[in-house]
Amino acid sequence: MEPTSFLEHIWIARWPLASGVGLTLIISFLAIVAGTILGIGVGMSLTYGARPLRWLVRGYTDFIRGTPVLVLVLASYYVLGTIGLQLGPFQAGVLALAVFCSSHVGEIVRGALQAIPRGQTEAAKAIGLTFAGTFIYVLAPQAIRQILPAWVNTAAEMVKASTLLSIIGIGELLLSTQEVIARTFMSLPFYFLAGALYFLINFGIESLGRLVERKMAVQS
Amino acid sequence: MSTNLVEIRNLHKSFGKVEVLKGVNCDLAQSDVVCVIGSSGSGKTTMLRCINMLEDFDAGTITIDGEAIGYDVRDGKRRRKPEKEIARQRALTGMAFQQFNLFPHLTAMENVTLGLIKVKKLGRDEATAIGERWLERVGLSSRRDNYPGQLSGGQQQRVAIARAIAMNPKLMLFDEVTSALDPELVNEVLMVIRDLARDGMTMLIVTHEMRFAHDVASRVIFMNEGRIGEEGNPREMFLQPKTQRLAAFLKSSSFN
Repeated sequence: MEPTSFLEHIWIARWPLASGVGLTLIISFLAIVAGTILGIGVGMSLTYGARPLRWLVRGYTDFIRGTPVLVLVLASYYVLGTIGLQLGPFQAGVLALAVFCSSHVGEIVRGALQAIPRGQTEAAKAIGLTFAGTFIYVLAPQAIRQILPAWVNTAAEMVKASTLLSIIGIGELLLSTQEVIARTFMSLPFYFLAGALYFLINFGIESLGRLVERKMAVQS
Repeated sequence: MSTNLVEIRNLHKSFGKVEVLKGVNCDLAQSDVVCVIGSSGSGKTTMLRCINMLEDFDAGTITIDGEAIGYDVRDGKRRRKPEKEIARQRALTGMAFQQFNLFPHLTAMENVTLGLIKVKKLGRDEATAIGERWLERVGLSSRRDNYPGQLSGGQQQRVAIARAIAMNPKLMLFDEVTSALDPELVNEVLMVIRDLARDGMTMLIVTHEMRFAHDVASRVIFMNEGRIGEEGNPREMFLQPKTQRLAAFLKSSSFN
C-alpha cells in the first residue's frame, strides 16, 4: 500500500515538483552564466589589472568568499532594499548566487592564468602577437583546459546553493518539496526524491564537463 | 645611411638597483653570425631580450634596418612606443628560447602557422605551405600533426626555430637554445642553426657551446659585467684572448 500511495502523491504533486526543478535549473543557469562572465572579469583584473584595481577586486573576492551564501542571499533581498535598490526575491536570489559564483570563478581564472609559464607570453610576443592576440590564441585556450574541472565543481555548488533561496520564498525544488511534505506528511521519501533530483542535475553537469574535458584534451 | 642591419648604441638596463647592461655597443651587418659568450649574469640574455623588447631598456638606442626599436625620442623626451607598434617591431626579429616555449595546445604545424595567420594575416593555405617548407627544413615534416608533448626536446626546439623563422624575420635571436637539452640532442639543433647560417640569415646567438661558436660565428662577443669585454673573429678570440677575463672564462668553460 505504502509505495503505491507515495507514487500517487508524486503524481498529484508532479506540477509543483516539476516547476521546482525548472526554477532550480533556471536560477542555477542564470547564476552560473552571470557569475562566470563576471568571474572572468574578476580573474583578469586580478591577473592583469593595475594595482588599485587589483586591490579593489581582491577585496571584493575575499569579502564574498568569506561570507556565507545564506548571508549574501538575505542581504541581497533585505539590505539592498534599504539603500533604495528593492529587488524581487527572484532577482535578489540570482544576484546573490551570481556574486558568490563570480568570486569563486574569479579565483579559478586567476589561478589558471598565473599557472601558465611566462615563456608562453614571451613566445607569443616574440612572433608579434599583441596582448589581445596573445590572450585569445595562446593563454585562454590553455587556461580553459585548466579551469574546466574546477568550474564544473563550482557549477554544481551553485545548484546546491540555490536551495538557500527557499528562505526568501523562491519556489525552487527544495521549497516545493517542503510544500508537498507539508500536505502529505511524507518527509523521508520526498526529501529522498529531492536529493535524487539534485543528484541527477549535478550528475548531468559533471558528465557534460567530463565530455568537454575529453574533447579538449591535448595529446601527449 | 649605414650598412649595418642592427645597431646597438650605449644600451643600459637595470633590474631594480642592479645594473645589468652598462652601455653596450654592437653592430651586425647583413648575414653576420654573431655568437655572444660570457659567464652567467654578464648580460648576454638581457641584451638579446632588449632587442625585441621583451625587456624595456633604460637608455641607449637599438636600430634594426634603420628603424628605432621600442622608443621614440621627441623634444628630447624618450617615450615608449605604443604596444601595437612594439608588437609589429617584434616581428622584425625571430627568437628561439632556452625552454622552447612551444604552445602546448597546438600541433607543430599550428605552432608554426599561428603567427603567419594571426600576425601576417596570410591565408591558411599559404601559411600551411610556408609551415611545411620550414618543418621540412628542420627535418620534422612527419611530425607536423604532433603536439609538443609528443616531441623530444630537440624536436621541440627545432619546431620553435621553424616557428620563429617562418615569420621571415630580418634577424634571428637564439637564447641558449641548447642549454635545456640532453647532450645527445644538442647536435640536431646546432645543425639547424648552421644550416641557417649558410643561408645568410643574420643571427645573434647566445651560447655556451664554445666549439659551435668557434665553428659557426663570423664574430664572437665576450660579455663581461654588463659590457662587451672583447670581440673579434672566433679563431683569434679563442686561441689568443687579449683580456685576462676572456682567458679565464675560456679556461673555465669546456673549450680547450
